[in-house]
Amino acid sequence: MQRVEVPERVILASEVRKNYVGGTEGAGLNGFDLEVQAGTVVGLLGPNGAGKTTAVRILSTLLAPDSGEATVAGYDVRRQGGEVRRRIGLVGQYAAVDEIITGRQNLVLFGRLNHLSRPAAVRRADELLERFALTAAADQAAAKYSGGMRRRLDLAASLIVAPPVLFVDEPTTGLDPAARIEVWSAVRDLVDGGTTVLLTTQYLEEADRLADRISMLKAGKVVAEGTPDELKAALGADWLDVVLLDPADVPRVRALVEPLAAGELRVDDLRVSIPVRDRTRTLVDVATSLREAMIEPEDITLRRPTLDEVFLHLTAEEVAA
Amino acid sequence: MTNRFGWALADGWTIARRDLTHWRMQPGPVIFKWFFPVLMLLMFGALLGGAMERPEGQSYYELLVPGIFALAMLFGLESTMLAITEDAAKGVTDRFRSLPISSTAVVLGRCIADLLDSVVTLTVLVVTGLVLGWRWHGTFAAALAAFGLLLLLRFALLWVGTFIGLVVKNAQSVAMVQVLVWPIGFLSSAFVATSTMPSWLGAIAQWNPLSLTATAARSLFENPDTAPASWIGDHAIGAAVIGPLLLTALFLPLAATRFRKLSR
Repeated sequence: MQRVEVPERVILASEVRKNYVGGTEGAGLNGFDLEVQAGTVVGLLGPNGAGKTTAVRILSTLLAPDSGEATVAGYDVRRQGGEVRRRIGLVGQYAAVDEIITGRQNLVLFGRLNHLSRPAAVRRADELLERFALTAAADQAAAKYSGGMRRRLDLAASLIVAPPVLFVDEPTTGLDPAARIEVWSAVRDLVDGGTTVLLTTQYLEEADRLADRISMLKAGKVVAEGTPDELKAALGADWLDVVLLDPADVPRVRALVEPLAAGELRVDDLRVSIPVRDRTRTLVDVATSLREAMIEPEDITLRRPTLDEVFLHLTAEEVAA
Repeated sequence: MTNRFGWALADGWTIARRDLTHWRMQPGPVIFKWFFPVLMLLMFGALLGGAMERPEGQSYYELLVPGIFALAMLFGLESTMLAITEDAAKGVTDRFRSLPISSTAVVLGRCIADLLDSVVTLTVLVVTGLVLGWRWHGTFAAALAAFGLLLLLRFALLWVGTFIGLVVKNAQSVAMVQVLVWPIGFLSSAFVATSTMPSWLGAIAQWNPLSLTATAARSLFENPDTAPASWIGDHAIGAAVIGPLLLTALFLPLAATRFRKLSR
């Protein structure tokens, strides 16, 4: 399949602002910046109302920004919307397929609207049905599809002309775990095919698994950006998790490890998390003092911070500032 | 014909065919929709018709059938509105808007599909009317012109429906509009001559676009006229052309602006 040439920096946004009058339709953007390299997956991560969907709607030309610059595949989203639309696919938050007609009819319809001839649209529909494992359900009304199947059909509908850039807005919101894995593997296949993907999600796990780089969005602004590892490293300390068997031991362990910690301890039920700077040394020290106190932990692990912690940390910083 | 315009037509037809596929895939609702005006015709003709004062030897259907034709065009507004809100709510409109097609094509698709829908509605009604004893007494060409005027009214109401559909956004408001359609339908000459109403109400009813089209259709079918001797009675056909055109002139730009405002 032929690929349209796109510039190295496929998606560029700078100082994009958008205010909703009334504010009921979603969160606005408040100086949003983004840079996406060709062939990568960038995750836009943030809680509900952070402005993720607004950002995607602006970049896919569905919404006009109040101010700021944004280009996709080298074209201005405001002035060259038609050129942008020729180069993007959009998978919305809610599966935007026609539920009354069949999966195949949907794909042929969108193929025709992408100006494929009828035979070409039918051929392409069959290819995509096969690729997204929908061949068996091809002639059923889309309303009868499961959530995961519908989302896959939606993905397929966005890929009819193999757009170089794909926007995927919360692809797994409301899906059960099995369907989520189906959708993840479909997205990963796309990336292997060279598509640049901008993915929004409120699940840290999803961003961690799928994205090469992550932009964390809060109140319409990117508050942190980097690879998942960079973001985790930005928190500084690694963590040593001690999981205990007996709740009664928790206060004792706290007191024991407090002097060894590089920062404030976190206790979650039976787990005591200790921020560490000198990884091996602290591990040995903690293990030794537990042993001396005759406490046998269920588990003891050294780990990088999770994206959850990065996110909480960044959010807390904002509040403090 | 520029290439751009050619694509808008082709894409519009593709989108309209989606509706035709809906009819085939889910025939229940659409068949109900087509037969609902028939139900109205029977309810008013058979149940209430006996109580209607008519000149000796003249069936109430002579007056009622063209009125129901016009009423069916008004009810069409609801299906336009429903289709627009449903597509917007389900994200299908966004999908269309993210495709390299013009917004004219999206609107044109709705327009073609709804007019085809109305042609079927009218056909079903005509057959039922003929079975019940209604006839047109004028020429076939005049009858065709009457159907043309009815479809013109439907065309005008399409923009009203599109506009409301883009404004209301949720099912409750749609239901409210569906209820409000009824008094508008009754405040017209669709069922009775406006001269039988209190004079101020009759005057309003006379100017209802529904009455303008119903009166013009009756005059073209050479069915008994219900319009009192008045300016409208004398210029029924002209009024039935100008009325819908004015509605279109008002609501087409409103609907187009609203459609563009989806990006704001």
